[in-house]
Amino acid sequence: MSEENKKIDEFSGVETTGHEWDDIKELNNPMPRWWVWTFIVTCIWGFAYMFLYPSWPLINDYYKGYLGETNRDRVHAELSMVAQERGQFSERIKSMDLEDIDTDRELHVYALEGGRAAFGDNCAPCHGTGAQGFVGYPNLNDDDWIWGGSLEDIHYTISYGIRGVHDDTRLNDMPAYLRDELLTRDEIESVATYVQSLSDKSVTASSEGQNLFMDNCALCHGEDGKGLREFGAPNLTDAITLYVTDRDSIVDIISYSRSGVMPTWNGRLDEATIKSLAIYVHSLGGGE
Amino acid sequence: MADIKNSASTPSSDDHHQKIERANVEAVNKAGERSLYAPRKKIHPQRAKGKFRTIKWFMMLFTLGIYYITPWIRWDRGEGMPDQAVLIDITGRRFYFFFIEIWPQEVYYVTGLMIMGGIALFLVTSTAGRMWCGYSCPQTIWTDLFLAVERFFEGERNARIKLDKAPWTFDKIYKRVLKHIVWIWIALLTGGAWVFYFSDAPTLYQQILTNSASFDAYFWIGLLAAFTYLLGGIAREQVCTYMCPWPRIQAVMMDEETLAVMYRYDRGEPRGPHKKNESWEGRGDCVQCRQCVVVCPMGIDIRDGMQLECIQCSLCIDACNNIMEKVGRPQGLIAYDSLKNFERRKKGEENKFRIIRPRTLFYSFLLAVVGTIMLYSLLNRSELDVNILRDRNPLFVQLSSGDIRNGYTLKIMNKSEVEQKYSIEIEGIENYSIRAEGIEEHTVDGAPIALVTRDKLRSLRVFVTIPEENLESDSVDITFAVSAIDGDEKDVQTTSFKGPDK
Repeated sequence: MSEENKKIDEFSGVETTGHEWDDIKELNNPMPRWWVWTFIVTCIWGFAYMFLYPSWPLINDYYKGYLGETNRDRVHAELSMVAQERGQFSERIKSMDLEDIDTDRELHVYALEGGRAAFGDNCAPCHGTGAQGFVGYPNLNDDDWIWGGSLEDIHYTISYGIRGVHDDTRLNDMPAYLRDELLTRDEIESVATYVQSLSDKSVTASSEGQNLFMDNCALCHGEDGKGLREFGAPNLTDAITLYVTDRDSIVDIISYSRSGVMPTWNGRLDEATIKSLAIYVHSLGGGE
Repeated sequence: MADIKNSASTPSSDDHHQKIERANVEAVNKAGERSLYAPRKKIHPQRAKGKFRTIKWFMMLFTLGIYYITPWIRWDRGEGMPDQAVLIDITGRRFYFFFIEIWPQEVYYVTGLMIMGGIALFLVTSTAGRMWCGYSCPQTIWTDLFLAVERFFEGERNARIKLDKAPWTFDKIYKRVLKHIVWIWIALLTGGAWVFYFSDAPTLYQQILTNSASFDAYFWIGLLAAFTYLLGGIAREQVCTYMCPWPRIQAVMMDEETLAVMYRYDRGEPRGPHKKNESWEGRGDCVQCRQCVVVCPMGIDIRDGMQLECIQCSLCIDACNNIMEKVGRPQGLIAYDSLKNFERRKKGEENKFRIIRPRTLFYSFLLAVVGTIMLYSLLNRSELDVNILRDRNPLFVQLSSGDIRNGYTLKIMNKSEVEQKYSIEIEGIENYSIRAEGIEEHTVDGAPIALVTRDKLRSLRVFVTIPEENLESDSVDITFAVSAIDGDEKDVQTTSFKGPDK
């Protein structure tokens, strides 16, 4: 600003900066000196901070700081502290029976929250974040269990999987009646009608279909069609199915079979996590 | 700078203009000497004596008394509960204030208190100016206290000015060191009292004495002590003038009827020294003694009119009144007065103090409304509070029987001082069955009974199942009624029950 442009405010006698908004002028009062000193101190603080902590990018690396401390190290240290604190809970969960964990109020809450987290990480991709399931992937909230819904059953299923790689995995194999030429197309049609009639009272089935069911399906699904858990054969009479309920789907399943796979988690997750998962799934509302 | 001075003081050698009057002076605001930064000029307030000084001493005693004594007041809340009357329990997430216990979700009580505090400040400001600043602001109180200590060790105004200029002799060092030691002690006691509000005071006091308190306690004591020392001892009036936003804001609450500490220039001017037995005719009452200036802790001259710096502590009133008494003139040359009164006196009217005005009435009304709402909600505060979170993922579950089940998380807060049993009943749907996880006990009607320990929240998973044919649409309103088995506490919350599309 040149000397001529300097304006003096007539009331205060103080020079103005020349900035003016709606006749309001900005006075160019000097700053208090302590304010300036505070500013200088914060600048020094900033440089000291840059010196002590990681700050500058270098060509292949970055300046690590005089203290060599990083937030990442701090997080690791805190995480290992948390793991240590959790250790005692994990040990207790590992050594205790599922029933006992479920009734121990403190452990139950811990297992439930741990299970919830582990479920989100490991199970949600197939079963959904709310365990609501998808076609072919069972809903874990309901009361229909193909392989059993007690704590022990759920724990076993999670540990060894279904059609998994472990020797103890849950395993069954429904024949593909058309592909393996066990039944003709027409026969399959009449069995399908019978299966439909099990859960839908408005459908009437022929006696041929019933006979074929007794001969071919009742061994696993039971004469009443209510399924047998030892074989992992689903209940065909209830309102819930793993796959779609329309007639075409039933025909499709009888013809070509279905065999979904659940991985073996034993060895991939530690025992405390698997137990926590069992307790969490059991708590979703359908646990037996 | 020295060069400029020399050249400026050299008389011109131009012979033609010998008769022109020349002054051997410097421009005060000469460009070359103007600094971007203003050094602070130290203020050495003299002690005033009089009515307002007494009120201020009393206010200091009163406010510091509240501050230091409050954490030590005990209040019996029964076994296992803190017995401190005022306690901000951060880890326990409770705020205790005598008979009131506030949970984190009731923080609106604190919000309400702050709103009331704000409006009260507006009301006081529009009535009598910066009463808060002058009498009860912690900055004013502690500065006053630190000044009293300074005065005790270093003497009155003139002695302090002299001491400031004096070389560093033993006497000066000794006085300064003692002063700062006492200042630091006051600062530490200030920080020390603060932490007692956040922890059981007697326990923490013992811990501090035996040096076994937590790091947090020492940290906060240290931080508050440092700022008390810095703001009250060193920065003083700089805080009010440069840091505090209130001086800038308060002008909008004031009008021409607002009382403020003012110099009555219509009576005081023209000012000038006055000799005994001299006539008062044709002159003002101000005898130019500058007592109002020397007592001012803000370092201003009240006779310049209303100023941003003035905290309206009224000490200049005391100083002036004493002088007026000595010279035999009536008191009140500097007094609480309103701008309107200057006009009234000009017209020959009497002074009037209109405290009841639309503005003050409005603030009082607002204060009463907020206060009533607060009081009402506090008196009708339930000792039972229920929050319901409906499961959203999945929205509903179809069971093997075809029935529809919805899951809810009930958060039942028992704010009473005894363990309570609550029954959980549902209204709005028929033919339902209800199951709460981990609950074995039920009423005769089958409603689960939840036991909640005193002063605790219990989170409960509740499953409600109804046959699909009972669902009229894909969403039905249902009501959870949670009521105490022994007592009349009841909380009713409405939520919805979802089913498949109809």
